[in-house]
Amino acid sequence: MKTEEPEPASVATLDPGPEKIIGPGHNFGSVTDEIAGVVFRPFTKTPRQLFIGFAFAFLLVNLFLVAVTWLFIRGVSVWGIMIPVAWGFAIVNFVWWIGIGHAGTLISAILLLLKQDWRTSINRFAESMTLFAVACAGMFPILHLGRPWLAYWLLPYPNTMWMWPQPRSPLVWDVFAVSTYATVSLLFWFTGLIPDFATMRDKAGNSTARRIFGTLAMGWRGSAKHWTRYQKAYLLLAGLSTPLVISVHSVVSFDFAVAIVPGWHTTIFPPYFVAGAIYSGFAMVLTLAIPVRRWYHLEDLITMRHIECMSKVMLGTGLIVAYGYGMEAFMSWYSGNEYERYAFLNRMWLGGYWWTYWLLILCNILIPQALWSRKVRMHIPTVFVISLVVNVGMWLERFVIVVTSLSRDFVPSSWGMYYPTVWDWSTYFGTIGLFLSLMFLFIRGLPAISIFEMREVVHHTESTHDHAA
Amino acid sequence: MAQIFHRSSNSLAKISIVAALLAVGGVVWAAYKINAGSFITDVSVARAQPVPFSHKHHVADDGIDCRYCHTSVETSAVAGIPPTETCMSCHSQIWANAELLEPVRDSFRTGKSLEWTRVHDLPDFVYFNHSIHVAKGIGCSTCHGRVDRMPLMFKVNTLYMQWCVECHRNPAQYIRPRDQVFNIAYEYPENQSELGPRLVKEYKVLSLTDCVTCHR
Amino acid sequence: MKPEAHNYWRSLEELASTEEFRAYVEDEFPNRTPDWNNPGSRRKFLRLMGASIALAGVTGCTKQPKEVIVPYVRSPEEMVPGKPLFYATAMTFAGLATGVLAESHMGRPTKVEGNPEHPASLGATDAATQASILSLYDPDRSQIITRDGNISGWGDFIAAVSRARDAAGLKKGAGFRILTGTVTSPTLASQIQEFLTAFPQAKWHQYEPCGRHSARAGAVTAFGAPVNTIYRFDRADVIVSLDCDFFSSAMPGSLRYARDYSARRRAAAENSSSVPPRLYIAESTPSLTGGLADHRFRMAAGEVARFASGLSSGAPEVQAIYKDLEAHPGAGIVIPGEHQSPQVHAIAHALNQKLGNAGKTVVYTDPVEAAPVDEIASLAELVKDMRDGAVETLVIFGGNPVYNAPADLNFLDALKKVNLRAHLGLYSDETAAWCHWHVPEAHYLESWSDARAYEGTVSIVQPLILPLYGGRSSHDVINILTNRADQSAYDSVRAYWQAKRPGKDFEDFWQISLHDGVMAGSAFPERTPPPVKPAPPVAAASAAQGLEVVFRPDPSVGDGGMANNAWLQEMPKPQSKMTWNNAVWISPKTAERLGVTTGDVVDIELSGRKVQGPLWIMPGQAEESLTLHFGYGRTRAGRVADGVGFNAYALRSSASLWQAAGATITRKSRGYEFATTQHTQTMEEHDPFRAATYAHFHKEPEFARPEEKQVPKDLSMFPMWNYDQHKWGMSIDLNSCTGCQACTIACQSENNIPVVGKEEVAKGRHMNWLRIDRYFDGQPENPRMYFQPVPCMHCENAPCELVCPVAATVHSTEGLNEMVYNRCVGTRYCSNNCPYKVRRFNFFLYADWDTKSLMGSRNPDVSVRSRGVMEKCTYCVQRINRVKIEGEKQDRPVRDGEIITACQQVCPAEAIVFGDLNDPNSRVAKLKQQHRDYGLLEELNTRPRTTYLARLRNPNPELEKG
Repeated sequence: MKTEEPEPASVATLDPGPEKIIGPGHNFGSVTDEIAGVVFRPFTKTPRQLFIGFAFAFLLVNLFLVAVTWLFIRGVSVWGIMIPVAWGFAIVNFVWWIGIGHAGTLISAILLLLKQDWRTSINRFAESMTLFAVACAGMFPILHLGRPWLAYWLLPYPNTMWMWPQPRSPLVWDVFAVSTYATVSLLFWFTGLIPDFATMRDKAGNSTARRIFGTLAMGWRGSAKHWTRYQKAYLLLAGLSTPLVISVHSVVSFDFAVAIVPGWHTTIFPPYFVAGAIYSGFAMVLTLAIPVRRWYHLEDLITMRHIECMSKVMLGTGLIVAYGYGMEAFMSWYSGNEYERYAFLNRMWLGGYWWTYWLLILCNILIPQALWSRKVRMHIPTVFVISLVVNVGMWLERFVIVVTSLSRDFVPSSWGMYYPTVWDWSTYFGTIGLFLSLMFLFIRGLPAISIFEMREVVHHTESTHDHAA
Repeated sequence: MAQIFHRSSNSLAKISIVAALLAVGGVVWAAYKINAGSFITDVSVARAQPVPFSHKHHVADDGIDCRYCHTSVETSAVAGIPPTETCMSCHSQIWANAELLEPVRDSFRTGKSLEWTRVHDLPDFVYFNHSIHVAKGIGCSTCHGRVDRMPLMFKVNTLYMQWCVECHRNPAQYIRPRDQVFNIAYEYPENQSELGPRLVKEYKVLSLTDCVTCHR
Repeated sequence: MKPEAHNYWRSLEELASTEEFRAYVEDEFPNRTPDWNNPGSRRKFLRLMGASIALAGVTGCTKQPKEVIVPYVRSPEEMVPGKPLFYATAMTFAGLATGVLAESHMGRPTKVEGNPEHPASLGATDAATQASILSLYDPDRSQIITRDGNISGWGDFIAAVSRARDAAGLKKGAGFRILTGTVTSPTLASQIQEFLTAFPQAKWHQYEPCGRHSARAGAVTAFGAPVNTIYRFDRADVIVSLDCDFFSSAMPGSLRYARDYSARRRAAAENSSSVPPRLYIAESTPSLTGGLADHRFRMAAGEVARFASGLSSGAPEVQAIYKDLEAHPGAGIVIPGEHQSPQVHAIAHALNQKLGNAGKTVVYTDPVEAAPVDEIASLAELVKDMRDGAVETLVIFGGNPVYNAPADLNFLDALKKVNLRAHLGLYSDETAAWCHWHVPEAHYLESWSDARAYEGTVSIVQPLILPLYGGRSSHDVINILTNRADQSAYDSVRAYWQAKRPGKDFEDFWQISLHDGVMAGSAFPERTPPPVKPAPPVAAASAAQGLEVVFRPDPSVGDGGMANNAWLQEMPKPQSKMTWNNAVWISPKTAERLGVTTGDVVDIELSGRKVQGPLWIMPGQAEESLTLHFGYGRTRAGRVADGVGFNAYALRSSASLWQAAGATITRKSRGYEFATTQHTQTMEEHDPFRAATYAHFHKEPEFARPEEKQVPKDLSMFPMWNYDQHKWGMSIDLNSCTGCQACTIACQSENNIPVVGKEEVAKGRHMNWLRIDRYFDGQPENPRMYFQPVPCMHCENAPCELVCPVAATVHSTEGLNEMVYNRCVGTRYCSNNCPYKVRRFNFFLYADWDTKSLMGSRNPDVSVRSRGVMEKCTYCVQRINRVKIEGEKQDRPVRDGEIITACQQVCPAEAIVFGDLNDPNSRVAKLKQQHRDYGLLEELNTRPRTTYLARLRNPNPELEKG
């Protein structure tokens, strides 16, 4: 294992173009140095954008704290929710964040099983994103409770009331689905990090860093035995989390599909929620990966190939989502149910929220079609913008489902409009801030790209070179 | 290069895993213990009262019936705490000037009520009705214990929901003949397992476990 | 504050001792405790509350706080702790009594029910009577005798008034005046008479802002005497209402009338042999009666007179109606509205005699007023004398003329000229502010008195509780004038009747009268008045330019006397579903013509006077006619009502009390925010409310149950419940419901439902468990108005039960849809999944936990909900349990009609029936067998236990085709 100081200039950080998943001239050492360099870079050498970004994000975190404190003092009345629209931003955000979380598991688990080598340089990144997104999502179901201090009543535990949670309620299913998902994602993420922790330990300059990384590495020596066990465990986890990718968002979609509210009561929800989740997940990966890659000059590790592949995935899942919308529209007419029909008309123009629906169609269906063209996929700024647009679009989708459907359901006398308050917004942006600051800390403090897996990549590419020679 | 960690840290790591598990389990266990303990439930904690009224003396020694003081136990939801005049009906004659009873006499003079500390205090969202339980053959001592052995009043049951529900699910275990309801010294017979179901049928006792039976 | 002390308030003993009451009453004055509607204090309170609740949560809230039991020292007779007692008494509106039974828990009045023995109630009450319980505990009621605003005492007041009286006495009482409302109390009247005989020069004036002025004047024009007219709707086949809203509580006997009328409609729906009554109405502004009418003729109030004379002269446009009346001699009613001129009343009297209705469907008695006078003239005279300085002392009994006297009299300016002004009133109101002396008046639940009902029956008013705020009754004050300051109101009332009923059976008579709440045989006998004098001809169409203005007492707060009652303020007004406001009603077309719309704030100028108020476009309103409601724009009503709405009295003139022409409006600003509880006015494409004509119904009885709405009965993923004990259900007759909202307030009173305030209502967070949906059907100019009460449906396949994660709302073995507040964590999922949207959520701590006096008004059998908890109609489960337990103890089954829900009990039209569906002979089971029975949204297979009986109309075939 190399221990002498790295000289970053030794390798050109050029984008090798869409064919390659790693820049030319990389060897084990250079890969290691480049990635570890990001972490070991002296504090003052941290890219300025990172500081600015973090400062901004941290500001939002404080906004979040203020909002939540006020929420706990006054109760959910600080939000715009009312009867009939008793669920507002809280649930919209919950579903949105959970969705974003999906990309991580998908990339790490499913693509791993499918042996998609291009996943390697972005999977760590995506997994962390998953963790942080799920953390944000997990807060909302508790925050939105009328009596949040009793949230533990949703857990099945023996108590003096001889009461159990009500197993028919999708919210109880949520508790299990989300917590399982969070746990597995965490394990997966950490397991993936162990060998790199070891590397970091060995490359760390000072002893504290060595001790910290050492502890985290849990005595990893990289022996053959370690590696074989490691591979087993990693594959096992991958196998475990694959069904989760499908299950979690299906369960989340049951919150709506099981209810009788017109616009919720639809069988297509599970598949199209999952697709939507992956859609937004990849969008978010791109949104984050593109700037980071730029700031840390990782163009040779996160190459155009990655960008393009992700764009394609977005395009694909986006089309599934579009199909979902189409089916909703079709069914509302085909079912011949007056309430379903009215709910959809309401969505499109009768109700006060018609514009959100058309905005979401624009963001989720029309604009992303640009990705058909290779030119667009190869043009990073455009891809970045599209990824942002999709994020917005997917949020709007949840808004339309939750709020618009509730605002006009069965009895005309009880229809009403929901208007978000400043506290609705600050809770939402607050979680975005939390998510970003966690991301920034992760990028600065941990190897954002899997070192050992990159080494494998290098190994493969080298061997192909040998054959060529 | 030098080892960062001493070799003992290997075993330390392993131990710490076990320790963590134990710690979590311990915390949960402690929580349950405290919740069931008399600090929370007040079971067998005698409460201080303005007058150290002894049920032991009045019930066991004097043999006064429950209903002499708790007049509305058969007719109303609440058993009723006797008005001062009830105390005075005797204590104007006996112990007429005992130091201990000054608060009672004072109350009777001034017309200012005695303020007793509540011993059996249900949460305010629980609606318990004495009269129906008495009518259906649930005895005083079943819930309140051997009051005739209590110098100062204390709870013998937690009054937790599970305690109520246990009987509501199967009243047969605690039901007794109607004429025995106010027998504070009542002992359940060996054949309760036959007697119980019979009485339940006879008294048309329903096993009410609807929430609104108690919560409204 | 100690949160534990503010736990769900239930231990009865706590409040029983009046010492405690006194204690906090003292601490209420002079700096009163924060009020529920004062957002500032509320927020402060919530901060603490929120924190303490959170803490409670952390500790798992299993540890019970220390509570004390406060037993009686000497326990009263008959009082069984934990069991309510009911006392018969009577509440008066504009002097007229409605008999009530007041529920008392350990000496604490908590609920008012109608007195079935009383002719004006028959067991029902209106919304205001229900709400009166809240006024009793209102912390804003005046609580101390003041002189020039400084604290004074009863003794000083006696001295001051006696001095004034003696001074006046030297001149036979000249310059000494008494101002009361309409007086029907025999005792009070005799006391006043006694005073007047002692001081012949002294004068007694009466003024009631929304009294029966036109009716009285009309009777005088017609018969030469103020005869009292009573209508017998149980005998009427054809009813023509001349702008008379006889279902609104402003109409004396309205409860009785609603009962009789709906009984006829129902009978006709149940068997085709009996004929349904047909109701025509000519009115300018949509009224409850207009909503139920078979034919509604929309016209400016000024037009009604011509409509009426048209009837008598047989004008072609009203031929059909007149023919209908003629076809039913002695079985018709022509009923004139208080808001019409005496002339119209005279015409109506003439028509009734001509058609032979007099003595049959329209009967006459002596006036119920003790001293019927032209009150406007009486007030005008007082004002004139005051202005001339002829008045040295004025004692005002309970009125508030400074606020509600006709504007042209300038009562206040005149009042200022009086040397000694004393005011007796529930509140230290606008009038009290200008009086040297103010004496807190005792609430009717705190005082002894007596009063007559609309047909003369006398009720003794007996108190249930000592005056909370040391109030005095009119009898106490008049006793000072008659030199009997030591005599109590009780003595006075009893003495009066003793004199009337000498003999030793008096004690029995007294006890029975008290117990029954009615004095046997005190109703006036019918009498046949002289033939009607020909009414003066109606003037031709007045060429007055500009808009017509029509005044009405407000549907919720009436003439403003109960404005500070938060229940009434938050009660949606039947027609507009508006809360916490009055508005200027205008028709859609007129609004279009004037280029104004709902929410525009306009100046209304009428003969030099001006008020500013927000516009409300009201479908069914007559063209070129505005309707303004009294009762708002209070400045010294209390923290609830101050600054709410605008004062329509400021436009009223003594010449034209109820309508005036020639008003102009000018827009001042736009976008005024109303707080309404219903935003969609029509049924859109759905059909929650189903109606047909009697004819169509007889042809097609199943019209209310269209085929496509039916679902197989056993369609469910989950096993069906079998209800072997009871099977509670409710039936609501849309053919009877007048939309009066009494049930809403009864429910609020019975179930401790909190008030949320205007802002929250505007957000859509009102809490009423029982709402009344109002749908307009047809042309916006003159649509049909439908009312549909919607409580919880207690579905057998309840969508809400399915989705609650903590089983806080579950199904009972008797089919109740239980809501367990203490288990609820507040996910609000149940509300989302409730297709009827009958669930209400405590978005924050709505229940007032800090104002002690209001705790007294709470029903101890129902939990007071806290923040973050869902709540909804329970079918009054506390009442169900009470009856079931009594039955069990007596080892007998529950009898049909033994369990009565609060809404059912209060309903004047008997539209709501509750009972056991397992008992095939129960009333509700029978009703559900009827063809008209249908379930709201039954196509969703929720299998609602609350079902509706479809509405039936009885139009005149001639008019229908024409």
